[in-house]
Amino acid sequence: MTEFRMPQLGADMTAGKVIVWHKKAGDRVERGQIIADVETDKADIEVEVFTTGVIEKILVEPGQRVPVGTVLAIIREEGKPSAAVAPSEEIPAAPVPAAAPKLVVPRPAPVPVAARAGEAGRVAASPAARKLAEELGVDVATLTGTGPGGRITLEDVQRAAQTLTTAPAAAPEPDRAARMRQAIATSMARSKREIPHYYVSQTVDMSRVMAWLTEENLRRSVEERLLYGVVLLKAVALALREFPELNGFWIEGKGAPSADIHVGVAISLRGGGLVAPALHHTDRQSLGELMKSFRDLVQRARAGTLRSSEVSEPTITVTSLGDQGVEAVFGIIYPPQVALVGFGKMVKRPWVADGQIVARPLITATLSGDHRATDGHRGGLFLTALDRLLQQPEKL
Amino acid sequence: MATSTMAERPPVEREHALFLLREMLRIRRFEEKAAEVYTQQKIHGFLHLYIGEEATGVGAMQAFTADDNIVATYREHGQALARGITAKSLMAEMYGKATGCSHGHGGSMHFFDKRLRFYGGYAIVGGGLPIAVGLALADKLQNHKRITACYFGDGAVAEGEFHESLNLASLWKLPVVFLCENNLYAMGTALERYQARTDISAKAAPYGLPSNAVDGMDILAVEQAARQAAEYVRGGNGPFLLELRTYRFRAHSMADPDLYRTKEEIEQWKKRDPIGLFEARLREWGLLSDSDRAQMEADVAAEIEEACAFADNSPPEPVDDLLKDVEGPVES
Amino acid sequence: MTYREAVRAALRRALNSDPRVFLMGEDVGRYGGAFAVSLHLLAEFGPERIRDAPLSESAFVGAGIGAALGGMRPIVEIMTVNFSMLAMDQILNNAATLRHMSGGQFNVPMVVRIATGGGRQLAAQHSHSLEGWYAHIPGIKVLAPATVPDAYGMLLTALQEPDPVFLFEHATLYPVAGEVDESAGPADITHAAVRRPGTDVSLIAYGGTLGKAQQAAQLLAEKGVDAEVIDLRVLRPLDTATIVSSVAKTHRAVIVDEGWRTGSLAAEVSARIMENAFDSLDAPVARVCSAEVPIPYAKHLEDAALPSVDGILNAVLQLAPHHD
Repeated sequence: MTEFRMPQLGADMTAGKVIVWHKKAGDRVERGQIIADVETDKADIEVEVFTTGVIEKILVEPGQRVPVGTVLAIIREEGKPSAAVAPSEEIPAAPVPAAAPKLVVPRPAPVPVAARAGEAGRVAASPAARKLAEELGVDVATLTGTGPGGRITLEDVQRAAQTLTTAPAAAPEPDRAARMRQAIATSMARSKREIPHYYVSQTVDMSRVMAWLTEENLRRSVEERLLYGVVLLKAVALALREFPELNGFWIEGKGAPSADIHVGVAISLRGGGLVAPALHHTDRQSLGELMKSFRDLVQRARAGTLRSSEVSEPTITVTSLGDQGVEAVFGIIYPPQVALVGFGKMVKRPWVADGQIVARPLITATLSGDHRATDGHRGGLFLTALDRLLQQPEKL
Repeated sequence: MATSTMAERPPVEREHALFLLREMLRIRRFEEKAAEVYTQQKIHGFLHLYIGEEATGVGAMQAFTADDNIVATYREHGQALARGITAKSLMAEMYGKATGCSHGHGGSMHFFDKRLRFYGGYAIVGGGLPIAVGLALADKLQNHKRITACYFGDGAVAEGEFHESLNLASLWKLPVVFLCENNLYAMGTALERYQARTDISAKAAPYGLPSNAVDGMDILAVEQAARQAAEYVRGGNGPFLLELRTYRFRAHSMADPDLYRTKEEIEQWKKRDPIGLFEARLREWGLLSDSDRAQMEADVAAEIEEACAFADNSPPEPVDDLLKDVEGPVES
Repeated sequence: MTYREAVRAALRRALNSDPRVFLMGEDVGRYGGAFAVSLHLLAEFGPERIRDAPLSESAFVGAGIGAALGGMRPIVEIMTVNFSMLAMDQILNNAATLRHMSGGQFNVPMVVRIATGGGRQLAAQHSHSLEGWYAHIPGIKVLAPATVPDAYGMLLTALQEPDPVFLFEHATLYPVAGEVDESAGPADITHAAVRRPGTDVSLIAYGGTLGKAQQAAQLLAEKGVDAEVIDLRVLRPLDTATIVSSVAKTHRAVIVDEGWRTGSLAAEVSARIMENAFDSLDAPVARVCSAEVPIPYAKHLEDAALPSVDGILNAVLQLAPHHD
């Protein structure tokens, strides 16, 4: 038995329609005879049969459009008995094209080019990444790029800016750095000497914050996008409204809480320097405003153009460790402040929710408290309040 | 117009006669098979069949030696087989396999064979004529005794390159035999609809070269006329234009619905099928028996089946070799 | 010697050293060459080797291909790129394809010399710069000798190539004088050349625009901008490495190309800089090309249409506004 199939009748033919059969079942056909007229996209073509024999059965009626290769009729070849359809030698049953080589386009010989990214010291960063880095006050030289060839991408810059301790700013001149170091040393030593520190910590489930941020940021342009760092700052500020004794100073033997909340942000400088300028009225700024203020602060801290008021007025300080940091920080209070809030690295850890173990992004929040102004109980409640606020990020 | 005459004694030796018949039959069956496997998607792109024109391809080829150059067109299966490229090599080429004469790079329209001095295979009508002129120029400058056969169709006569090439070959007295296979149609346009003057052989005189026209369905006439033309050119007299008046029984290509010819016209020409005509005469002359004929048919069928099997089983060229053979040093 | 004399000297040397070499084209013999390049060569080498061809570009370029196939080393001269369109079929469909199409059996060692370019008030049909179109085609090499030594050396190297080589001679360069060391022999046809090292911007040019780029570089130096000038020399295959190396150093690139801006060779160079020197760029790559207009006859219009030294200066100064 031979299968008569819809033939390929032109370079771009994919299907055809039988218009009319010139033969019917039972008719004898000879090799070379026209057996049917087929309509293609371009024209009507007379189709010949390549077998001599008798038509057993017509399978496709006129008017039906079928793909090239579809069996149109069965022909019993002359000299061969009627039997179930078997692949004939003349016309292969399934004209599978000889295994076409997979369309693998070979890579063109690589053009030998000079080492990428030019002179030594010039970092590979995309133009867009550079632009954002400048805006956010991130030094691309300190970043590890995840783009092709280690190039720093937009995302790399955004991720780096997600921390409050921004990339260290340009190193101040050597003697200025030395002087700053000296000042910090004195201050820290004094703090540890004079302030009786206590420490409490709380592990905060940040999943709600992160989920809310993702959605919120879809609505914002790249420059306006919020980093979770400012969410933390706002939460601290709002929590302080409930615990005013943690917001302010200890001066000459007694507490002097501040009516205004100015959260100081610890920014490390390259060369070991540290500044902690304030975000004024942190509790009153919207997250968007805080984001802007924060960026501006970081830029000026890097450039060394902070205002003295910014440096002297924080009513509390928040310190955070970047992506490279550890899970918890128990810092030293900046005198004459009475508290220091610390945030560790956000990590994914097992958590229990509704009796199930789930993976959640967690942050360890710590409070270093001046035991003269507050005690561990109040400090702990503050952290609990902070946690509570962070579970409703939309309200911040 | 030259024709062979019916003499008492056959004008051809039996061995040669059987050879000529068999060559034509080979082409005919090869083309029929090519059409068949094309409809089965084993051959892709364009397919231009030589059916009906076998006498011109085979007859003219007798005038050329292994040392001569052959230039053909996209309707080249007949000339390629007549020249001696194997059916296996050609079928594999059309199947796009690495074992094809052009490694699968050319397909039906671009056959090349260096050893047999077969220089293609041109898809641009008229494109091969200047190449033939150049080959002849090289031979003349290097004092080679060979000549160049340049096959082309009636359509090419309309292209500027025909006129430029004839003029240049005549001007520089180059050894080219211009062979125009006039099948009366340039794809779908009849000769009288695109040529102000339809006598193609008459177009040589303005360029100063001699010409002839011959019945392309009569293989002995073709052979005789081609030998005459070749002899003229071998004498260092410059080029010659030989018009071979023939007809293709099939459409221009597999995709052509053949709407521009009548069935009657085709049937008329089929009565002058070069294979049928020659066979009849051979029988009349007692040179061909039924068993000769049957044997011929069987031999040809076997050869073509083998060619198809070879093509089927041949590997394609690896895609990783895509950029080879574009440029760069040549292995000698 | 002048550029034209350098080409002539190279032709002479080639004709003398290899009997397979012959020159074929319109008016190369009796007329002495439309640009006087082949002056006196007919008397020296005879009509078989210095062949005047009829006005049949397709036939004689195709004949060049056939002759190369047949063992000769033809130098085909197409009078100008404007007339080369008549031979485009033979070039694109035969010269460039025969090697690959024949499965590597045949190669076409043909050299084609073509005069090119505008700037002589010859109007729209005689002022084309189509090197970019040729540089688009796989299977051929495209060279643009812009200096007198290259006019000499590149032809000699081209004759050693197994594949078709197209040499574009900008018509305004013919009278330019220079030094040629005839003992130097064949020139490199793989690399671009840094004609003037610099640090602030890469001026990339070829053929007729090299001179303008060099003039611009001098003027820029007076403004305190140190320009590096690169002569592409080889348009296909482009020497990407030299281009990238330069931009990696200067971070700014201006490409000067006499072709029309849209789809120009400059666009290809720009794409390659973007692909390979992305991180080095401090500014977008600039292109100084011909305006989108058929080249006009009147001098002031033609000057406005073609790339100019002022145009190059403006392009550079826009890239680095703080330099001034």
